[in-house]
This record gives sequence, structure tokens and C-alpha cells, in this order.
Amino acid sequence: MRYLKNVSTLTIDRKKCTGCGMCAVVCPHRVIKIAERKAWIIEPDLCMECGACAVNCRENAVSVKNGTGCAYGMIKAKLKGSSEECECDCC
Amino acid sequence: MRFKNTDGKPAFSDILGKLRMRLGIKRSDYRVNPGLYALNSPGAGSPVLVSANYKLSFDVLRAAASDLDAWILVLDTKGINVWCAAGKGTFGTEELIKRVKKSGLSKYLSHKTLILPQLGASGVAAHKVKAKTGFTVKFGPVEAYDLRKYLENGQKCDEAMRTIRFPLAERLVLTPVEMVLSWPLLLGSLSLSVLCALISGGLPVFLSLLSLSVLAILTGTLLVPALLPYIPGSSFAWKGWITGLISSVIYLLLAGISSAVFIAGALFLFPAISAFLALNFTGSTTFTSPSGVKKEMLYAIPFCVISAAAGLVFLFYFAFRGFSL
Ligand code: SF4
Ligand code: SF4
Repeated sequence: MRYLKNVSTLTIDRKKCTGCGMCAVVCPHRVIKIAERKAWIIEPDLCMECGACAVNCRENAVSVKNGTGCAYGMIKAKLKGSSEECECDCC
Repeated sequence: MRFKNTDGKPAFSDILGKLRMRLGIKRSDYRVNPGLYALNSPGAGSPVLVSANYKLSFDVLRAAASDLDAWILVLDTKGINVWCAAGKGTFGTEELIKRVKKSGLSKYLSHKTLILPQLGASGVAAHKVKAKTGFTVKFGPVEAYDLRKYLENGQKCDEAMRTIRFPLAERLVLTPVEMVLSWPLLLGSLSLSVLCALISGGLPVFLSLLSLSVLAILTGTLLVPALLPYIPGSSFAWKGWITGLISSVIYLLLAGISSAVFIAGALFLFPAISAFLALNFTGSTTFTSPSGVKKEMLYAIPFCVISAAAGLVFLFYFAFRGFSL
């Protein structure tokens, strides 16, 4: 199943990347692949912006604007002007 | 002894509790105590499985590993499942480090490996845990039922175990909560039905509007999640709208309604309700990105609101003019 195209905020700074492979291991959607000792984004449209890759990159080479993507939470945040965290009971 | 014993069998109260959880009743107090648990009779070489203190996660893990000897380290995630807790940071690096130290875990072990569910990775930085505790964090399978295979594999995941799937059963189990959460909409449409019936039209109008409402809500909360991969398009609101449109049209045809004003009102209002509810299902899925949801909301929410408002105008016009169905 795929979601909207061309929206993921995922980027990898290949100058910092050492090719350790951790980002590819933790990604639950097989978005990243290691080739020539560097990490490559091969399936950007499968990325759900969970942030696992960025959290587990010890070189801080990965950046992604992460969150859970909960519409209820976002609507609530809009209405209350609070932070965009999922505050609902839905998960 | 600093740990508690457990086995893989759920008690009847667990089953009742599970039902309550799925319906969204008092979900917030469904927790287990954080700390170290001994599953069956683990020894110094037994694996350490890390879990959230959400009772359903813990039970699924216990059941999946029921005939294994293992340690289970339960983190305090405030009763929230691994995936959501990792997103919020409670299934996180700090909590894991604290729990490893507090439980005195290393006293019972001859190895230094922790096995975490793959979906915990967005909260836990493996290299930081290693630096602070000496434990190596391994990310195991996404699903607990793959655990045995993972362990037999020498603690290695294959690609499939690492990848999130979102099968029918899993989509459906999330729908009762969506339905319960949609009660304000049900209440709203109930009052609409009563109002229109009282203004004019009586029972037939009441029944038609109520059926259409229930149908729209079921479409958005049950049908769309169930048929998710098969409904064309990628936007959730679109999927909800088109499915809602089809179900409303089918109802209008079967009920033999011929008032153009009523039909227009119904088709503006009810598919918009389904679209809104389907959009909300993005929060339950494991493949929608926040950037995508935001983009979708930007046009979908105004569309739903305007369309629903137009629908209400038509329906009240229908009622006030005293047209027949
Ligand atoms: S985790 Fe970081 S350093 Fe390692 S391969 Fe990925 S981007 Fe490169
Ligand atoms: S944010 Fe999540 S889904 Fe996207 S590439 Fe990183 S680990 Fe994979």
C-alpha cells in the first residue's frame, strides 16, 4: 500500500554517512538501501516519517521531520494551537 | 527476587479486558507494572525481550513466546503500545537505560543483548543504550509471532519480518475504536433526522436520514479500512468520499427516493462524513506520513465542511418546503 507521493521530508547527508547500515536495518518500510558504503533512499514514497532511521544514525546523517501522522491529533493541535502531538486515545 | 513470574496463557479477565480495550472503554488504565518478568524459567543465557507496559502488547508477546524461557523487560510507556509510545518518546532511550539499571538485569545474565520490537526503533537509539549500559540493542521482528523464527534464526530478521504489513485482520481490529470515537457525528445526524422528520416528512424521512447516516459512518470507519488496498487512489479522504458516494447512491436507489432536493442534500452530506472519518483512520495506519496527512487535510477538511454544509442546506430546504421523498 502506498500513500501520497513526494511528501516525505527524509534526507540523508552522504558526506557524514559511514555506511554502517543501521538506518536500513531499523526502517520498517525498506526505504533505505546501502550501496557503495553509503545509504541511499530508494523508496521515498514508502517512508512514513517515523524517525527510526534518524534516531539510530550515530553520525547524525539522517534528517526527517517525524511524527505519527494522526489526523485527530493534528486537528486538535490546530484548534487548540498546541503542539502537534498525538494526544488522542486512538493509539 | 526482583522479578515476577509469568506464563503465556491469558486468563478470562484478560479476554474481557481485551474486548473493553478494543472498544475504547477506559483504555487508558490498561497497563502492566513496568519491570523485569521471568517467562517460564529463564536462565543466564535466555534472551531478554523488551516490551511496552500496554497490556495487549505484553499479552501478545507472552503468547508468542509462551513455550520459550525468556526474560521480559517491561518499560513504563504509560500504558501505550510500542509503536505509539516510540513516537511519543516514552518507549525511548532514557526509559530503557533507566529500566535496565533499575531491574538489575545484568545480574541474571551471561550475555549483553536486548531484543526490541522493530517498531520501537523510532524511540530508541541503539548506540546510546550501548554507550550507557553496555547492552547491545537488537531490533527484532515487527510482529511478535515471528519471534520464535527470529530466535531460531540466530537472532536475525529476514526482510519480511522487518517490514510492516497491514493485513485485513489488523485493520479491522482498529475499527471499533474509530466507530466509538465517531459518536458525536452519530449524535449530530440523529438530531438532523429528528429535526427534518418533525418539520415535515415524518417517519419515512427520519428512517432514510438515519440509515444514510449510519451507512456513512460504517463506510468511513469499517468499510474503508477493510477495503483500504482495493479502493483506488492514495488519499484517505478521497477513498472515504468515493466509497461513501457509492454506498449513498446504492441506498438512494434501493429506497427508491426520487426527490432531487433530498438526493442532492444526501450526496453533499454523507460522502463528506465518510471522507472525514476515513481521513482520521490515517492515525491508525503504519504507512501514512505526517507530511502526507497534513497535505491531505489542507484540502480535505475544508472540502468536507463545505460539502456537508451544502448538504444540510438542501436537506433543511427539503424539510421546510415539505417535499416528499
Ligand atoms: S545509519 Fe547513518 S551512517 Fe549509518 S548508513 Fe545510515 S545514514 Fe549512514
Ligand atoms: S522515517 Fe521511518 S519509514 Fe522513513 S526511512 Fe526512516 S525508518 Fe524508514
